[in-house]
Amino acid sequence: MLIDRIFKIFTSLKLTVICLGFGIVLVFVGTLAQVHMGIHAVQEEYFGAFLVYWKPAGANWKIPVLPGGYLLGIILLLNLLAAHIFRFQWAWKKSGIFLTHLGVLLLIVGGFLSGLLSVESQMPLDMGQTKNYSEDPLAVELVLVDTSHPDYDEVVAIPQHFLGSEKNIQHPRLPFRLNIEKYYPNSKLAMRQPGTDAAAAATQDIGINVQATEIPRATQVNQQDIVSALVEIVTPEKSLGTWLVSSGLGKDQIFSTEGKTWHIGIRQARYYKPYSIQLLNFSHDLYPGTDIPKNFSSRVRVVNPSFKEDREVLIYMNHPLRYAGETYYQASFANNDKTSILQVMRNPGWLTPYFACSLVGLGLLVQFSIHLTSFIRRRKA
Amino acid sequence: MRKWLPWLLWAGCALWLASSMREHRGPLDIEGAGRLPVLAGGRVKPMDTVARTSLLILHGKQSLEISKTETVSAMEWLLEVMAKPGDSNARRFLRIDNPDVLGLMGLQQTREKYFSFEQLKPHIEEIERQAKLADPVESGQRSLFQTNILKLYNQLHLYQRLKNTLQVEDSPDLPSEIALYEKSAPAGMQAVREREAGRKFDEKDFGLFLEFADRYRYLSQTSYAMVIPPPQSSTKPLEWMNMGEGLLRTVNTGHLDSTVALYADLVAAHRNSDNTRFKQATTQLRSQFRAAIPHELSRTDFEFSFNRLQPFYKSMVLYVAAFVLILFSWLVDSKGLNRIAFHLLLIALVIHTFGLVARMYIQGRPPVTNLYSSAIFVGWGAVVLGMILEKIHRNGIGAITAATLGFLTLLVAHNLAADGDTMEMLRAVLDTNYWLATHVVVVTLGYASTFLAGFLALVYIIRRFFHRLDERTAQSLGGMVYGILCFATLFSFVGTVLGGIWADQSWGRFWGWDPKENGALIIVLWNALTLHARWGGMIRERGLIVMAVFGNIVTSFSWFGVNMLGVGLHSYGFIDKAFYWLALFVLSQLAMMALAFYTAPLAQKRPSRGAA
Repeated sequence: MLIDRIFKIFTSLKLTVICLGFGIVLVFVGTLAQVHMGIHAVQEEYFGAFLVYWKPAGANWKIPVLPGGYLLGIILLLNLLAAHIFRFQWAWKKSGIFLTHLGVLLLIVGGFLSGLLSVESQMPLDMGQTKNYSEDPLAVELVLVDTSHPDYDEVVAIPQHFLGSEKNIQHPRLPFRLNIEKYYPNSKLAMRQPGTDAAAAATQDIGINVQATEIPRATQVNQQDIVSALVEIVTPEKSLGTWLVSSGLGKDQIFSTEGKTWHIGIRQARYYKPYSIQLLNFSHDLYPGTDIPKNFSSRVRVVNPSFKEDREVLIYMNHPLRYAGETYYQASFANNDKTSILQVMRNPGWLTPYFACSLVGLGLLVQFSIHLTSFIRRRKA
Repeated sequence: MRKWLPWLLWAGCALWLASSMREHRGPLDIEGAGRLPVLAGGRVKPMDTVARTSLLILHGKQSLEISKTETVSAMEWLLEVMAKPGDSNARRFLRIDNPDVLGLMGLQQTREKYFSFEQLKPHIEEIERQAKLADPVESGQRSLFQTNILKLYNQLHLYQRLKNTLQVEDSPDLPSEIALYEKSAPAGMQAVREREAGRKFDEKDFGLFLEFADRYRYLSQTSYAMVIPPPQSSTKPLEWMNMGEGLLRTVNTGHLDSTVALYADLVAAHRNSDNTRFKQATTQLRSQFRAAIPHELSRTDFEFSFNRLQPFYKSMVLYVAAFVLILFSWLVDSKGLNRIAFHLLLIALVIHTFGLVARMYIQGRPPVTNLYSSAIFVGWGAVVLGMILEKIHRNGIGAITAATLGFLTLLVAHNLAADGDTMEMLRAVLDTNYWLATHVVVVTLGYASTFLAGFLALVYIIRRFFHRLDERTAQSLGGMVYGILCFATLFSFVGTVLGGIWADQSWGRFWGWDPKENGALIIVLWNALTLHARWGGMIRERGLIVMAVFGNIVTSFSWFGVNMLGVGLHSYGFIDKAFYWLALFVLSQLAMMALAFYTAPLAQKRPSRGAA
């Protein structure tokens, strides 16, 4: 029977060995690929993918060459479950194996969950500055801010993936339509050279003098893409013109329509929080007589009105702040030690690896102790 | 075997160790100077360590051959650099290997590898220009020439700083120079104050004072080591001062710091080869330090003895001796030789352990803090496990594997030490004894046990190839490899996971697919794969042996290979020369794996009476 055969395959140790073998190849190739592709791209295309493709430079076709991390994880998971349901029989002398496998199961499931649920962002803070949002270092958003109301600003933020996929964006809160004429995932900005460069694609503001050129996406950990786009703003009556917007431009551009003033710009995507964090002090200690860093620390003030909370915290190396489901780490600094950069992680499943690993460690210890005692008993006999 | 033989062996080795601690018999009290504590590279160490690590960086060795018959110690060399820079400039000690770097200076590559500062002096501007061109290039992208010119530039920079540690190098007579400074300082300060107030001032006093101030500011900026400890009352134990800062402070305190004066005496005494005065200076400095920093002094004294003893070098020699003896015992079928080898190995392990613990005491850290110490610890772990196997099986297999791994890992460590101080300070994120003691130690034990399994498998392959493997030994070897692999899986898994937890604590992610993490993961996966294949009956004894040898390749990649990629948060130490050695090792292991498929029949006779 076919079903029986499939069962047999999924319960077999051979499948485990094959998956582990592919796992090793995948991790090895993925590690080497980081030299050229950068760690983020490799994570997406190798470890967080179902299939790893090979694509010759310049070609527009690709062929799958390796199972990706997700596929291997799922097969191993099924293999493990099937083996335990259909093949394994419980015995005390196998208790270590059961514990280990339970831990591995939890580890794989936890890995999937944290891949799906965790959100990573950054909060750069200047000395004294207060913020109630963190920024996504990898994703940007196109924002349009209506500043005409005296008490508040009205912000419409359009996530990055819409810029790439949609030609026309009509948002209910905007009295106009956005026409994305061109989208640059990464770009270089330069002053337009009159006479030598082609005519400007943008017709308004900075875009008349500055032009964006598309370049390959950044691969290094410390590099950031400069995302740009040419956006035409069209009211029901007429087109207002085309703007060049970019995360590389320091400030927003301003235009008016129907008596309201709007700011337009691209910025790193923001995650707002119901509390605020203020940087009180940042220190960067060196070992005496050297420039080897000894410690980085940020003294911050956390203010959360809904919990009547207002306290100071020290965030330093290996000692993050865990607050309201998020964790703040001392990640970096800039601007001559005047800016501290905190890494912000939201990962609801952060405890699963701790459990999983305790289970596996314990399981291995139990199992190998059982082996060892039986070995010693045999030698004595 | 005669009962007294092991005792004789232990006594002989003790004598050998004691002989290396013997005092130096020269005209000057070099030892007294070498024991003086200084602060360099962020930690308090004996001057002797500064001398050894600096000479290692500049010359590649810890002593300097100045003629066919005469060799000077690192400390003698350093004293000359600091007190008689003119003489030292003429010595050929700077090692330059790269032909392009030599060509830049119009020098041909000959058998002479060492050059003097005087030879390089006319080309310093060009070296500096080239170094400035090479510096912005990322270390992974640099050409061989760029790497080497930067190395030379850094060497010259270090040499320059060493020369200007105790005095500005052109000083003809330091004590009279600073006596003049002390005498003229009050008048000079007066002139400065008058000038600031817009009154008439003595231009001669002012000019002299300015000259001194410039001179000592320069000294305070170039000085390599800080030699003046904080006063006893100080709450900041690391607030040391260098010679220049000490001299500049005279302006505020009104009198010359006594440590400064004593060091000036030391320089003058060395210059005049005045032994009595030299000894007096070192003794007085020592008694000052004993009052001000008693704890540091006992620690630096200990480090001085540790330097002299060179425990890892001595263990290496003993590991080789043990290896040869065991091999010989197999050839002549002698149980007695095997016992002697075991004792030799035990002595080597004791010295190795002493070295490891001594480093922990000096640094106040868990055993593994950098690549160098990981090599020492991998060797130590493998030797301990190998000796346990030997105790159980008593057939020389555990012992020969232990001896091989002990020697090889210490050799690796020896080559890694050429970068300078092996007890350098730890960068911020690593500055945590908790994770160094847990994650790093366990993951390193994982390396050690995977290597041990792999090297046991090598013994299997080689002995089988030479028809020296009977069925019983083969079986027991298979069992050893299997057992050690189980341990290796446990250690590497737990170690890797602890690393994940550390990463979660410090960077906010449990797993980031960083090369070092991936390397550790590959070891775990490979060990798991091997064990599952064995359990599933997909491989048998020989399969297990071949896969265990491949474990050596996997582990060496994880240990060193990933550091050569130069990406990710973990790549603190980039090593390029080691790449060729790694490639050679991988090839040798592949060859051994191929050899395993040459099926020699198992030996009929048991090869050794000692085999159990």
